[in-house]
Amino acid sequence: MKFLPLLWSSLWRKKIRTIFTLLSVFVAFLLFGLLMTIRGAFSFGVDIAGLDRLVIIHKVSLIMPLPVSYKERLAATEGVATVSHQTWFGGVYQDPANFFAQMVVEPEPFMKIYPEFKIPEDQVKAWLADRQGAIVGVDLAKRFGWKIGDRIPITGTIWQPKQGQVWEFNIVGMYDGEASVDKTQFFFRYDYLDENRRQGEGLVGWYVVKIADPSQAQQMGAKFDAMFANSSAETKTTTEKGFVEGFAKQVGDIGAIMIAILVAVLFTMLLVAANTMAQSVRERTSEMGVLKTLGFSNTAVLTLILSESVLIAVLGGSLGLAAAWLIVQQGDPTNGMLPIFVLPPRDVAVGAVMVLVLGLIAGAWPAINAMNLKITDALRRS
Amino acid sequence: MNFIKQTVAVTLLNLRTIPHRLGSSGVAIVGIAGVVIVLVSVLSIAQGFSAAMEQSGSDNRALVMRSGADSEMTSGLGAPEVDIIKQAPGLRRNGQTAVASAELYVIIDIPKIGTNSPANVPLRGVEPAATAVREEFSIVEGRMFEFGTTEVIVGRGASVNFQGLTVGNTIVSGQNRFQVVGVFETDGSVAETEIWIDSRVLQGAYRRGNTYQTVLARLDASDNFDQFRDWLIANPQVNVQVRREAEYYAQQSRALSSLIRGIGYGIAVLMGIGAVFGAILTMYTAVSTRSREIATLRALGFNTTSVLVSVLSESLSLAAIGGVIGGIIAYVAFNGYQTSTMNISTFSQVAFAFQVTPQLLGMGITYALLMGLIGGLFPALRAARLPIPSALREL
Repeated sequence: MKFLPLLWSSLWRKKIRTIFTLLSVFVAFLLFGLLMTIRGAFSFGVDIAGLDRLVIIHKVSLIMPLPVSYKERLAATEGVATVSHQTWFGGVYQDPANFFAQMVVEPEPFMKIYPEFKIPEDQVKAWLADRQGAIVGVDLAKRFGWKIGDRIPITGTIWQPKQGQVWEFNIVGMYDGEASVDKTQFFFRYDYLDENRRQGEGLVGWYVVKIADPSQAQQMGAKFDAMFANSSAETKTTTEKGFVEGFAKQVGDIGAIMIAILVAVLFTMLLVAANTMAQSVRERTSEMGVLKTLGFSNTAVLTLILSESVLIAVLGGSLGLAAAWLIVQQGDPTNGMLPIFVLPPRDVAVGAVMVLVLGLIAGAWPAINAMNLKITDALRRS
Repeated sequence: MNFIKQTVAVTLLNLRTIPHRLGSSGVAIVGIAGVVIVLVSVLSIAQGFSAAMEQSGSDNRALVMRSGADSEMTSGLGAPEVDIIKQAPGLRRNGQTAVASAELYVIIDIPKIGTNSPANVPLRGVEPAATAVREEFSIVEGRMFEFGTTEVIVGRGASVNFQGLTVGNTIVSGQNRFQVVGVFETDGSVAETEIWIDSRVLQGAYRRGNTYQTVLARLDASDNFDQFRDWLIANPQVNVQVRREAEYYAQQSRALSSLIRGIGYGIAVLMGIGAVFGAILTMYTAVSTRSREIATLRALGFNTTSVLVSVLSESLSLAAIGGVIGGIIAYVAFNGYQTSTMNISTFSQVAFAFQVTPQLLGMGITYALLMGLIGGLFPALRAARLPIPSALREL
């Protein structure tokens, strides 16, 4: 600890160099934080998808509807805890650019299956009482400045109402949840849709089933698919995690490739930063000689140099990570295309480890060199 | 004259000594090359995607959908409406029949090659006029399907990206069996990711009754679009919207390509800042290790501008080397890379190839030079302003 002032003054011996080294470490870790956020956004929340939830879709494709009558048969199956269904509404609020997901659900099973959506008790009651009621995510409400009690018109693109083109909803509640929960969705009631749509009565998009024993997921899925085999609407069951992963894979390579390119280059930038740091030590060979002449032991010199490079890495890196976190706190910059936009704590931890490793690696070579340096050589070298 | 001579002499001296400072020069080159790789390769994704989408649209074709529908997928048109649309003025006609195809657009689950995970492949029901509407259509393998059968043809992109889409194979989807009899091309457009089938057969297979989703019509001339659209909009028997095909696809590609471009530019700017720091450091080192030489030159009567220019040219040449290396790596690694992604408007797959265009490469190198310029400027000023006596005395 008593060498801290010495460390500090050797850092500022060449101000410009230190500042630019700090800045390049800062930028590298700012990038790292943002990249990890983007990567998470491209996986559409696969990390939080439940293992005890199965998604049942039409075997031909996701867009083919399933009959609502399957609900009874699913509920009667042994090992099934709750059955709910969802339908993609795909409507437009004011302008197609205002894209957000609207889901048609039955309130009670929906809330039972998704405990991660936190809705205040009185708002739940209001939703159950109001057929036109809708529950919106807090991020979505913030985006459009909606308040409870607002009446929201949405134009149907798939489902047309019996009268006119526009569906009207009352916002009766808002849901919140942990950072990793998508808070940009709009949920409204199936009975409202079904009674008022022009065509397609009795059809739902897909089922989400909660099973009692998650370890039975495979067998249960096979059982469901067998139940509806050879019917007019055959099904395909996957775990919710598998479903979300499948969706992310459809977006496909481009997310993965983009991340790969960026990560590869990020490491190059780190190498560059490390090299710069190493260089600043190399330039001071003669000073090392002086230190040794004054009686600093080899280990002391080693520690001194290592701590100096770790100090730079920690300063620049933690500021970079903090800046990334601050930026991510501002939320999704794309207006709804990347609804899950958070910097996962796990990646922050990875970043912190990388900061330390960067400091140690950048310092190691010159530190060892300095340790093995003979005083006479060092003093002569300049 | 003397001034130019001086500048050239000092610049050459600087450039010739770069190999002696390989370490620090390498840092600058690697940093700048990295930025150029990111910029060029990420933008090549957006470029390839929007090129595939934009090639799909022709100004000579009009797409008719139900009003309120935001994509082919959500549109729906009854058979009577289709008949009226085909009577609209402005359409090209072959004798009595309009060159227009009433189509269905659905998706079908087919595993992607490589990941084995299911992908939403578009399945398009077409009428016999479909190939006349799309002049760029050609069969490259096998033959056209027979109308009235469950035969299908697949686009070249679909055939490459998804399992079992080869001539002679049968696609099993639910209780339907479709025989692949041909592979087609449409000049690299989105249609090449699709599977085509007789629309009447698809109506049956997907229980759509006698309904369609869109009508794709060939205009007699591009200028007839307004006439065609206005007639349909004014007609109370149909409730439709009419768009030029090119506009429709351009709009569909906008969201994804601007997202990718946004990420590409954003990251490139941030990395650029990092690389500029690297370049500045390199040049400062270059200047400070040679401060004695520089001071000697100045003492000999070389003027400050020539010193300034020489440092700037060194940093610009390092940047140019980095830019070219980055561009070459991006080109070799990514140009023509085949992949597919999801078109968010229709949830269906679009196959495309990354495109590293000369414009992108030019942009990358320009950006590299810009970084070199900024990176060299301050050290250059410093070198030019170096006080001669103290620099000469420096060890």
